[in-house]
Amino acid sequence: MTDTAILVEDLAKRFGEVTALDGIDFKVPTASILGLLGPNGAGKTTAVRILATVIDPDRGRAEVLGHDVQREAELVRYLIGLAGQNAAVDPNLTGRENLRLIGRLTQLPERQVEARAAEILERFGLADAADRPVKTYSGGMRRRLDVGAALVHRPPVLFLDEPTTGLDPEGRNELWAVIRELVADGTTVMLTTQYLEEADRLADRIVVIDKGRVIADDTPEALKSRMGSTVIELGMTDDEEARRAEALVAGVAGGHAESDGAVLRITLQDGAKVLIEVLRTLDANGITPGKLTVREPSLDDVFLTLTGKHVEEAPPPSDRALAKAGAR
Amino acid sequence: MSATTTTMTMPTIRPRHGLGRVAGVAHDTYAVAVRNLIAYKRVPQLLVFSTIQPVMFVLLWRYVFGGAVRVPGGVPYVDFLMPGIFVQTVVFGSLAAAIGLAADLKSGLLERFRSLPMARSAVLTGRTIADLVRNVLVVALMVAVGFLVGFHTHNGVWPFLGGMLLVLLFGYTMAWIFAAVGLIVGDPESAQAAAFPVLAPLVFASSAFVPLSSMPGWLQAFARNQPVSVTVETVRTLVLGGPVAAEVFKALAWMVGIILVFAPLAVQRYRRAV
Repeated sequence: MTDTAILVEDLAKRFGEVTALDGIDFKVPTASILGLLGPNGAGKTTAVRILATVIDPDRGRAEVLGHDVQREAELVRYLIGLAGQNAAVDPNLTGRENLRLIGRLTQLPERQVEARAAEILERFGLADAADRPVKTYSGGMRRRLDVGAALVHRPPVLFLDEPTTGLDPEGRNELWAVIRELVADGTTVMLTTQYLEEADRLADRIVVIDKGRVIADDTPEALKSRMGSTVIELGMTDDEEARRAEALVAGVAGGHAESDGAVLRITLQDGAKVLIEVLRTLDANGITPGKLTVREPSLDDVFLTLTGKHVEEAPPPSDRALAKAGAR
Repeated sequence: MSATTTTMTMPTIRPRHGLGRVAGVAHDTYAVAVRNLIAYKRVPQLLVFSTIQPVMFVLLWRYVFGGAVRVPGGVPYVDFLMPGIFVQTVVFGSLAAAIGLAADLKSGLLERFRSLPMARSAVLTGRTIADLVRNVLVVALMVAVGFLVGFHTHNGVWPFLGGMLLVLLFGYTMAWIFAAVGLIVGDPESAQAAAFPVLAPLVFASSAFVPLSSMPGWLQAFARNQPVSVTVETVRTLVLGGPVAAEVFKALAWMVGIILVFAPLAVQRYRRAV
């Protein structure tokens, strides 16, 4: 075994006119979590699909535990678990039957299939619903079963494509706990997400991608220190007032204040303390913000910091483009 | 390297060549077939709808249209009709492969299967074999319905059973066509819509319900040689009696031809399906 569980070099993939990946590189050390962060259409799913041997790249290479995902695809499939973007479970089967099917198809010895299915059902809080058809499950239950199905054969490397989509906060926290446990036991996890918070809470390292390119590859701490941990947004009556406010608070908030249309945005480490000063300054000059928001930084703030631009959601590639590329 | 990772057990990897490979394909095919058969058990509508339509056809042709059809050779119409019904039942039933695979493609299940260390062909063989098992039940039911409305075999039990075997083989063949269609179309509703214009001329411009001699000459040329008619005529001869070797050969030739074209096409589409 190597210390690098996942290696990605110059990976590129086009679907017809759409460039999904334009040469990405990163490494994931064994027993760690990589968060692949980016907006819709950034190429996250394409990267996961290539690594999970579902599609071939046009260029570049990728390795899982030292094995090439194209040349040694069959071997790699024994080493990986994939929970794709859709909850890919059969609605007509029960939860147990779904896990049994995956157990058999991952070549678990027959005597282990049953025990392993029961173990997963227990771990994901589905034991009571185990023998009900999945079509009676809630969205969160399906999602949990889907992630559980990726674990049936105890893969040392796990790919999770937006695993918490459709989960309520409680379900999300539970899943996070399971992921942390797996990593503590030596599993390597690569997960994609659109939420900075999720990547921050889970990942040892965050790779930010945009339009098929890596725009940042850093620890969550380093990424956040580049942009501050609190975002304050003040809504002004118009652009001009926002620009005036920006100039007024420059002394208090330093260069961390920026007007964006009619909004004055301040991104800081200790935002709360500064907020009082900012409001005093504005009040003294006769400006009363119409709207005030204090929040954690979002993916959009990461993009503003890294690229100076807002997130630009690429439209999902059209079916026609995919069909032309033979991607279906 | 941390101590925990070294305790991780490496998977037992299945042989990729020789008998081990064949056993692997059989194992995976069985797992997928069981999965598809459970769906028939759990959604009985699937089975009910695939039998109601042929039962309606039996009643309609036997009691409504059949009186107006003159069958050459003085054979009772119901005995002429039932071989056609058996074949059309499995032909329409083969649509399930298109709908099922399109649904699996859409739901992301095929993406998951493609990431698993399983035989590439098993998703398709498992699907078509499950439909074959379903066809055994449906055809047996249609035989019973046939006997209820006065159907008789004229040629003994074994040729009749041979005819039913041919019907099942033909259904299996058609399932491969629709497996390819389902993967190409990629959407259950569209698969159904795309299939009907193909199926309707094959089933209705055939000798399944009426003698070919009642059709205009230009249509007869097509109707006589297309696979549904060829199979129906062969089954009919097996049931009613007569020289059959050449017909059986022609029917099997169609099936082999269809499989040779559509099985590789379906497998190729599966390999590229996401």
